[in-house]
Amino acid sequence: MTIDAVTFYVAAALALVSAVVVVAQRNPIYSAFALIVTLCSLSAIYGILGASFIAILQVVVYAGAIMVLFLFVLMLLNVRPEERFAGESRRFKLTALALGALLAGQVAAVLLRVARPGVASDFDASSRPVARILFSPQYLYVFEATSVLILAALVGSVALARKDA
Amino acid sequence: MTLTPVQQELAITALKVGVLLNLLLMIFSGMTYVERRLLAFMQFRLGPNRTGPFGLLQPIADGIKLFFKEEVIPEGANKWIFVAAPGIAIVTAFLSVAVVPWGGTVTIGGRPILLQIADLDVGVLYLFALSSLSVYAIVMAGWAANNKYTLLGGLRSSAQMFSYELALGLSWIGIILLTGSFRFGDIVRAQDGWFIPDWFFFKQPLAFLIYMVAGTAEANRTPFDLPEAETELVAGFHTEYSSMRFALLQMAEYVHMITISAVGANLFFGGWMSPVQFLPDSPLWFVLKLAAFLFFFVWLRGTLPRFRYDQLMDFGWKVLVPLAVLNLLVTATVVVLLQ
Repeated sequence: MTIDAVTFYVAAALALVSAVVVVAQRNPIYSAFALIVTLCSLSAIYGILGASFIAILQVVVYAGAIMVLFLFVLMLLNVRPEERFAGESRRFKLTALALGALLAGQVAAVLLRVARPGVASDFDASSRPVARILFSPQYLYVFEATSVLILAALVGSVALARKDA
Repeated sequence: MTLTPVQQELAITALKVGVLLNLLLMIFSGMTYVERRLLAFMQFRLGPNRTGPFGLLQPIADGIKLFFKEEVIPEGANKWIFVAAPGIAIVTAFLSVAVVPWGGTVTIGGRPILLQIADLDVGVLYLFALSSLSVYAIVMAGWAANNKYTLLGGLRSSAQMFSYELALGLSWIGIILLTGSFRFGDIVRAQDGWFIPDWFFFKQPLAFLIYMVAGTAEANRTPFDLPEAETELVAGFHTEYSSMRFALLQMAEYVHMITISAVGANLFFGGWMSPVQFLPDSPLWFVLKLAAFLFFFVWLRGTLPRFRYDQLMDFGWKVLVPLAVLNLLVTATVVVLLQ
């Protein structure tokens, strides 16, 4: 096995296990931490694919910024571990099982039709090509509009924090 | 046994990681001594001078003492997270050093070796990502101890860290615009010129100022050491930690300071590049610049009193961020006009 393959299997296993923990865990704080692990493992997989820029953004935006917010809310509200759902009857479980099976079937149908084993495309996704695409006429307006929106949010937060406002 | 090229590459990288880790640990323990001695001299005291000649063995004595201290985990603490927090702190601190170059390429045995663990295409952003992850260690440590002082300290320092992270990131953008690359190697080489003024310190003075202020806050150093405001918060997020776990948290903070210094030396002062043309480039220059930065941090601690929390947040959001945006605007305009 090559190093890339080893890294991929480790990262993929970590992502899957932590994703299961996110759902199965009754303590929301642990769920949040598990989600951070999932996001970081996905970032590692992007890295192996050569998409270093996207790998870093994944960590900065999702694992770094958004999850901190989640965690803050959970910790400040002092959310307790989830109680066992009171109306957990046999009928409820059966419905859940049926709906789950339906969803799994749909996903399988799509995957079987679309996904084929193969190598990732040889598109170079390091920072320079990604930037060229972002600033190409196709995406330029969307990209610039988003950046203005984010700048407005930044200025807005400073304006809200002003004492005399 | 002959090694394949991939194995050779791996062995060299492992060696580099080992050497750098040991160097960092040595700088860390050296800094605990240097900082206490320097601070003492600045305050007309003597500092630790009893263990060994000039007190030089003090770091070793401290290490042994911390090893043999009892480890206490508070009764109401969340044990898993309490134990994990120092580990995450130290891992994120050490990982961020991986992209910092400490020299150019040297040839050993006919083989070029880059004096940097990984010259990533997104080097500067990688550093940014890790600094955003390092906040978790503090949040976890503060929350898991189940103590109101640690919780408040943890909240304060994490709020401080991601407020100043913004200014820190914005202060780099001017340099990235001037260089056209996120790669540390490219940024350092862009400062290779006929004399000192090719350093980005002279081209981006405002950015450097913002970087130093935000970097001090990132490393939780005086005057931004609010997490450790002992008069109000005992010792902030690490109040409940003892023994080696306390030492690990402390070590993470020092490694942060070393990283901030090393990055500052690379981004603004030309890293391993020689300041004058007739002297050769060498890692020695980088070490000198690093030492100057570290001294500066101790000097700051000996000079300035601590900020108040609301002043700190006000300053970060209402002064540093607008200034950084202004700097970005001016730099972008100049870059476009010069093209």
